[in-house]
Amino acid sequence: MLRKIRITLAIIFWVGVTMLFLDFSGTAQHYLAWMAKVQFLPAVLALNVGIVVGLILLTLLFGRIYCSVICPLGVMQDIIAWVSKRRMFRKNKKAKLANKYSYSPTKRILRALVLLLFLVLMIAGLNSLAILIAPYSAYGRIATNLMQPLYVWINNGLATIAEHYDSYAFYSVDVWMRSALSLGVAVATLVIIGILAWRGGRTYCNTICPVGTVLGYVSHFSLLGPVFDLEKCNGCGLCARNCKASCIDAKNHHVDMTRCVTCGDCMEVCSQHAIHYGSRLSRWSGNSSPSSPSPDRRAFVKGLAIVGTGVTIDAVAKTVDGGLAVIEDKVNPERKTPITPPGSVSAKHFAQHCTACQLCIAACPNHVLRPSEDLEHLMQPRLEFDRGYCRPECNRCSQVCPTGAIRPITVEERTAHQVGHAVWVKKNCLVLTDGVECGNCARHCPAGAIEMMPMEDNDELWVPTVNEEKCIGCGACENLCPARPFSAIYVEGHETHREV
Amino acid sequence: MERREFIKILGTGAATAALAGCGLKDPSQSSQGKEASDANHPSGGAMTYRDNPTSGDHVSLLGYGMMRLPDKPQKTTSGGTPAPEEIDQAEVNRLVKYALDHGVNYFDTSPAYCRGESERSTGEALVASGYPRDKYYIATKLSNFSPEQWSFKEGVKMFENSLQYLQTDYLDYLLLHGVGMGGMEALNSRYIENGLLDYLLQKREEGVIRNLGFSYHGDVEVFDYLLENQDKYKWDFVQIQMNYVDWHLADETNSRNTDAEYLYGELDKRGIPVVIMEPLLGGRLVKMPNHIVATLKQKRPDDSVASWAFRYSGSKPRVLTVLSGMTYMEHLQDNVRTFSPLDPLTEEEQTWLETEVANLYVSYPTIPCNNCNYCMPCPYGLDIPAILLHYNKCVNEGNVVEIDDEEEVTDDDLKKYRKARRAFLIGYDRSVPRLRQASHCIGCGRCVEHCPQRINIPRELQRIDNFVEELKRKA
Repeated sequence: MLRKIRITLAIIFWVGVTMLFLDFSGTAQHYLAWMAKVQFLPAVLALNVGIVVGLILLTLLFGRIYCSVICPLGVMQDIIAWVSKRRMFRKNKKAKLANKYSYSPTKRILRALVLLLFLVLMIAGLNSLAILIAPYSAYGRIATNLMQPLYVWINNGLATIAEHYDSYAFYSVDVWMRSALSLGVAVATLVIIGILAWRGGRTYCNTICPVGTVLGYVSHFSLLGPVFDLEKCNGCGLCARNCKASCIDAKNHHVDMTRCVTCGDCMEVCSQHAIHYGSRLSRWSGNSSPSSPSPDRRAFVKGLAIVGTGVTIDAVAKTVDGGLAVIEDKVNPERKTPITPPGSVSAKHFAQHCTACQLCIAACPNHVLRPSEDLEHLMQPRLEFDRGYCRPECNRCSQVCPTGAIRPITVEERTAHQVGHAVWVKKNCLVLTDGVECGNCARHCPAGAIEMMPMEDNDELWVPTVNEEKCIGCGACENLCPARPFSAIYVEGHETHREV
Repeated sequence: MERREFIKILGTGAATAALAGCGLKDPSQSSQGKEASDANHPSGGAMTYRDNPTSGDHVSLLGYGMMRLPDKPQKTTSGGTPAPEEIDQAEVNRLVKYALDHGVNYFDTSPAYCRGESERSTGEALVASGYPRDKYYIATKLSNFSPEQWSFKEGVKMFENSLQYLQTDYLDYLLLHGVGMGGMEALNSRYIENGLLDYLLQKREEGVIRNLGFSYHGDVEVFDYLLENQDKYKWDFVQIQMNYVDWHLADETNSRNTDAEYLYGELDKRGIPVVIMEPLLGGRLVKMPNHIVATLKQKRPDDSVASWAFRYSGSKPRVLTVLSGMTYMEHLQDNVRTFSPLDPLTEEEQTWLETEVANLYVSYPTIPCNNCNYCMPCPYGLDIPAILLHYNKCVNEGNVVEIDDEEEVTDDDLKKYRKARRAFLIGYDRSVPRLRQASHCIGCGRCVEHCPQRINIPRELQRIDNFVEELKRKA
């Protein structure tokens, strides 16, 4: 029963969180954004005390149920392990008795060191490396980079069919690789964690995962957990062989609660009904003095405290009718300061809070956000305008961000949020290179910050002038500038965002 | 062999029908044949022909416009860089063969059409049809629109290329292309000052050009000037835009345009045969709002909407041929049916179309784009006709809806707005790749001079862009 409830809840959460990453229409985000916000590390980074305390209490009460239900990476590993187990059974009917898993002693030192390293990196501001092993964001990267394209392709197939029937039920969305590095990391994460899960169940969760380690320390004191009924147990060890966390020492009738994810598999599998989910208080009293806070625990506490482009015109003269000019792809300029999403307060705030789960990237309907490739901000989103611009009516990234790296802002606030300013690049401007009238940047500036003015030495040529005070750095000018591959007007980011 | 097949196909009709393709005069049949036919197949009646008084040509009243030839299915990429379009030659061959088999014998092309490929394709299809050269008439144009083609040398080269591409040593009909666009100045630069017109007159003397004429769009001064000098130039025919909307209301859609009533009247007065272009306004007189379609269907349920426009143009006695750019076999079959034979409009029907239907039509704020592609390619990569056509489609379907912030909106209005907004925006992305949408128009204005309908293209594009922007912002 416990197992069934766990599986049902896990599937609901997993599908919900996954949809959050897959859905590009904004509907899922509207209803399900909370599922990302209850994730442990994002909640810690967002200083969301209520949720952190809630999750700790949940763990103190039930054990690491979080890892079995709420964490999408945990559920994904369970699915992989389940498939692996099924395959084994199919190959060998008697395999149910075989050693799929076996007890292994806890790797206390390794876990503590990994957690310590993680915290040190976070505190040192090297989030970009630390978050490589963070569970929720690792899953986010897998979902965004590997699963969303499939989802969009299916959608596009439906859109083609819908178009055929003149229906507007589906619309087509571009699929493109936002960052090779990010894709590579996602693939590597999936492969490594996938292999670990295929072979050993929750190996990652119980050795590397920093959230798993922290919750393990809490779970050590949990009220409820699997309890042996020594009178019924015949010592067959079936429970241990079916424990994907490898945490049951059947010989000694001991369950290592720092690793148990409260999945209920052991209770289900025990033919003697010798394990039940119940109070562990009796165990405690017999074994009273909890050891003094370990260095890791101290580190954890400390961590908590601190975290706070011209169309190169096919210059062929027009002699025949019809045809389409070739449009060269835009190339993004090198920005001295990368642009971070509106609502991210400042580059520093953003770097400290973002876990690079890429939920905002998956949600961005304008194809503006993409993973950064520089080491300091590895895979954290930044804005580029080669495929679109940060549209004034959109605040979706700020609505979905679970870590508070992008603080929620309203659409009205968004239009007053300055994330950078436009810079005119004289040598690229078509007015000067081609001698044509243009003004497309001024025409599309939602902030009214661009004014076309005649050149001082030639009043025939009207070129853009930027009022940096009014400019919000949305990139409309850069995106819609006809100069290609390099736009004649581009946005330079600001380290600290301000209101205009 | 080909000939036998030809006769066999026509054999079901009257003997006159079989001979009609060879140039027999108007068989003046009644429209009884229609009763037994379904919508897609010709009635079995014979094509209606008209005589050209100067040359004695017997021209089918339905002429084939080679401007809208079918392209091969195109792969579109998301990046907005589709593979270049390519004419589906096999399909063109099939269409041309079918047209010839059903009595169509006038083919109108130009060196500029279909990205410059139309002449070559037309020539190939005509030769492939197996019909001898004297069984069809070829019309082409001297389309020297670009200033670098204004020299005598370039003009002659274009003319000689036409002969070569069309695989012939004479042209039945040759037109100065689109005179009136660019006013008197362009006429002088393109044809008169460089001596090209004299060259063409001489070619007519030599018999290389059998009929010389011009196609007219735009500035009426040029039209008047050329007709005033009829004694000097002796135009054998003139091509004008005529349909039931342009008859009285050409100036309604654009105040600089001239009513067809005037143009036709001037030609009729002088006895000059008239070739009709844009009888359907590039399909706009078919893609009309539902209730207009219903009104037409109510009168003649079995007839297509297009047939009204063709019957309208064909009913004017001075008309030599009515050009239709038939992309699909269904178009061709329907038109063959309309003209085999032509059932002329009654006076009553004619007035009804010119006034009631035309007025209903212009009450919709569509943009008068006929999808002729003269504006293309846009140097900045926009797909201008696709944008305008999408807008028109949405106007006709009632999907151009705005909501006023000031006024109170009911739930119903809001529902309607949301539905229209979705249809407009999703349809927009489907019809036009993002990189080719109106937001990329820089207003350079290079397209404007090429538009025969004299649409202020940049202004319209920017208006559409503003509308799209509004839609995007007001979810």
